[in-house]
Amino acid sequence: MSNNDASIVLEAKGITKQFPGVLANDRVDLTLRRGEILALLGENGAGKSTLMNVLYGLYTPDAGEIWIKGEHVILQNPGDAIARGVGMVHQHFQLVPVMTVAENVILGSEITKLGGYIDKREANRRVRELSEQYGLEIDPTIEVEDLPVGLQQRVEIIKALYRQADILILDEPTAVLTPQESNELFRIMHDLTEKGVSIIFITHKLKEVLAIADRIVVLRGGRSVGAALPSESTEASLAELMVGRKVILQVDKDEAVPGKLVLEIDGLHVQDDRKHEAVKGLSLQVYAGEILGVAGVQGNGQREFVEALTGLRPSTEGKITIMGEDATHLTPRRITELDVAHIPEDREKHGLVMPYSIADNLVLNRYYRAPYSKNAILDREKIAENGAKLVKQFDVRTPSIYTHASSLSGGNKQKVIVAREFSRPVKLLIANQPTRGIDVGSIEFIHNQIVAQRDAGVAVLLVSAELDEVLSLADRVAVMFDGRIVKTLPIEEATREKIGLLMAGSEA
Amino acid sequence: MTSVPAQDKGKDRAIGAVRRIWRSISVPLVAVLLGLLIGGILLFVSGANPFEAYGALIKGAFGTPVAVQRTLEKATPLVFSGLAVAFAFKAGLFNIGAQGQLLIGAIVAAYVGFAIEGLPAIIHAPLALLIGGLAGALYGYIPGVLKVYTGAHEVIVTIMLNYVAINITDYLADGPWKDLSPGNVVARTPKIQPSAEIPILGNIPLGFIFAVLAAIIVWWLLYRTTLGYEIRTVGLNASAAQYAGIRVARMVILTMMISGFLAGFGGAVETLGIVGRYQPGFNAGLGFDGITVALLGKTSPFGVIPAALLMGAMRAGASQMQFSAGVAKEITDVITAFILFFVAADVIVKWLIRQRDSDDERIMLSSGWGGN
Repeated sequence: MSNNDASIVLEAKGITKQFPGVLANDRVDLTLRRGEILALLGENGAGKSTLMNVLYGLYTPDAGEIWIKGEHVILQNPGDAIARGVGMVHQHFQLVPVMTVAENVILGSEITKLGGYIDKREANRRVRELSEQYGLEIDPTIEVEDLPVGLQQRVEIIKALYRQADILILDEPTAVLTPQESNELFRIMHDLTEKGVSIIFITHKLKEVLAIADRIVVLRGGRSVGAALPSESTEASLAELMVGRKVILQVDKDEAVPGKLVLEIDGLHVQDDRKHEAVKGLSLQVYAGEILGVAGVQGNGQREFVEALTGLRPSTEGKITIMGEDATHLTPRRITELDVAHIPEDREKHGLVMPYSIADNLVLNRYYRAPYSKNAILDREKIAENGAKLVKQFDVRTPSIYTHASSLSGGNKQKVIVAREFSRPVKLLIANQPTRGIDVGSIEFIHNQIVAQRDAGVAVLLVSAELDEVLSLADRVAVMFDGRIVKTLPIEEATREKIGLLMAGSEA
Repeated sequence: MTSVPAQDKGKDRAIGAVRRIWRSISVPLVAVLLGLLIGGILLFVSGANPFEAYGALIKGAFGTPVAVQRTLEKATPLVFSGLAVAFAFKAGLFNIGAQGQLLIGAIVAAYVGFAIEGLPAIIHAPLALLIGGLAGALYGYIPGVLKVYTGAHEVIVTIMLNYVAINITDYLADGPWKDLSPGNVVARTPKIQPSAEIPILGNIPLGFIFAVLAAIIVWWLLYRTTLGYEIRTVGLNASAAQYAGIRVARMVILTMMISGFLAGFGGAVETLGIVGRYQPGFNAGLGFDGITVALLGKTSPFGVIPAALLMGAMRAGASQMQFSAGVAKEITDVITAFILFFVAADVIVKWLIRQRDSDDERIMLSSGWGGN
């Protein structure tokens, strides 16, 4: 059939992969041509990762065939895939921080001299050669931990190239990058394709797809629901394909009506887990009825900042005032009782107890109060009623309120947290990455909920690494870099370019 | 909008309960069968008739009312030590120190039992039990506090405290609390007053009824009270517990104390109901076997009871087996070890019975690879 077409380097036919209770891939077809960038677009849980793991040999499909360069192959493990020129850059880098770039690259296929010694000189030479050949501009002798994230990602790419990959799978590569770093990555991707490398680019960011892809394949619910060309697509048309219905991308909101000062932070200092100072004198104010969006590349102290603010981590210096009360050293419970809601960054670590039912998770920080308990005895009926009510009100898609949180999709997990936090009186909402990694439908829902809270007079502090999210929700934008707020702008003045530069640490 | 139809709720619960119960008992059940099977092979290889041996074992454990009583007596302290270990597990703590806590509880109960005279039985026995339990709780407090304030791991600390407990009890039984009655040369405390004894009702030791009640109370505490919710939250996700405003450090200490209380209470029941005094060596291994019982019972308060009964039955029947089938009674230890092995290495059992890991685990795996 189409295998005769010499330009096709990889073809998947009717890939089906079943997990207990989930048909992750349902007869998915995919073709990749030499030197093209194929964007694989889909919501979380659409089956993108499963499909890529099948192509990379991590999963064996239940049905379907994989053809690489005209040859029918059965991939038992990633080794088989690598041997056929398939390389994958995972979202979470698989690098050893204390090793140099070259050492990381050769790890697993070391160049050795007589006696089993690693030939570092030769390794450095080969890495430098690759780096020049593909315009990656990286010094092989630097230790990986000293590299910014964008460059670490290039090390991953070199790792694949070093293993002679000419089919590259990039899993959400821009999730950890600034807009400028993303553009740099796109340039590299472009260079790679000119040299004959073919790329599958996994993402859920519509803008990027339109900017870089040659072709687009959209997955939904494990099926391939359409192919598109960027020239013939718009963000709206792609979003509709992804979700299966019309999606309003722009959050619809009125002008903010800021009220009195709710949260004031003055010169806050916080240490990270390694006792390094991560927040270095951060100050900001949030007023009732407004959304202050904190933009910034991940790892600039946002996590430590929010944890200190919510009582999960001690601060070393500075002052936090909530509704006029000194909240610098309060416990998480005392802060919650000041009517502060917190959507934590890591929903599976802080936000939910995975083996608990949805109903139990919905009372996680209120279980000890009436009506959920009386005289230290839980009222199971009331907890169940609350669960049923919130599941309905916040549209959590679950077979039952007794379902464990762990079996929900990312979006529904987040809805459980939002339901819990928004269903009580709130004066201050702290939302850290409230929509990370969840489907468009849930994002839309959660964004609307946040705006509704604002309109009800809640002061909202939104921390997000997704610039688009900050720009579409915030009334004022504060840019965080290296543990400080470097600048706060009204939304009208906050352009992508200006914010992007500030995020990278240069004064705009 | 405010409530779910009662019917659905009941159905949901029922289906969930049945699935949960099957999930939790299938592995231990098969593990027991496999352990007996391997034990049978061993018996056969060593020249005995496995059927005969097992027949004698069962007869020795359940064949007569007296045999049943012996089984229950053997099972009673194991229920308590099993509950102690299982309870700590719920908070994510591994209490290897049930043995030490049990010894302390046993000797303190013995002291209260022999040293106080003239109390009516209705006060004396409960008092001795309670103080035995509290002594265990105090002994459990030590590793809890050390973990919270110094970060010392409870496994290491409780292992060491077991040796400390052995030496303290040896010293007391051969020193200040030694039985000085004429003719006694061994290290042991005096016999407890009759008023401190826990009676046997027919062939059912009252202590065993206490054990069953303890299991019910532990279940209720874990699943029906805010304290239980807090403890389980700490055990399942300490970060989320912190987020929820639960004081994790306090829960760790409290859990170790409750666990120690259960173990100490078990020791006290053994002293007051069976041994009648404290004598070094008589309680050996009861706390350690609690770990086996807790694991076999899948750390569920109600799972602990059948697990303890099984272990108790093997201990009670072993002599009969040795006597009538001519098999060394240590074979029961081998069987126990294999059962525990299969419970711990549940992958083997799950593979045998084709039980897949729960859907949750699988789905997590599928999205785990750079999924989001």
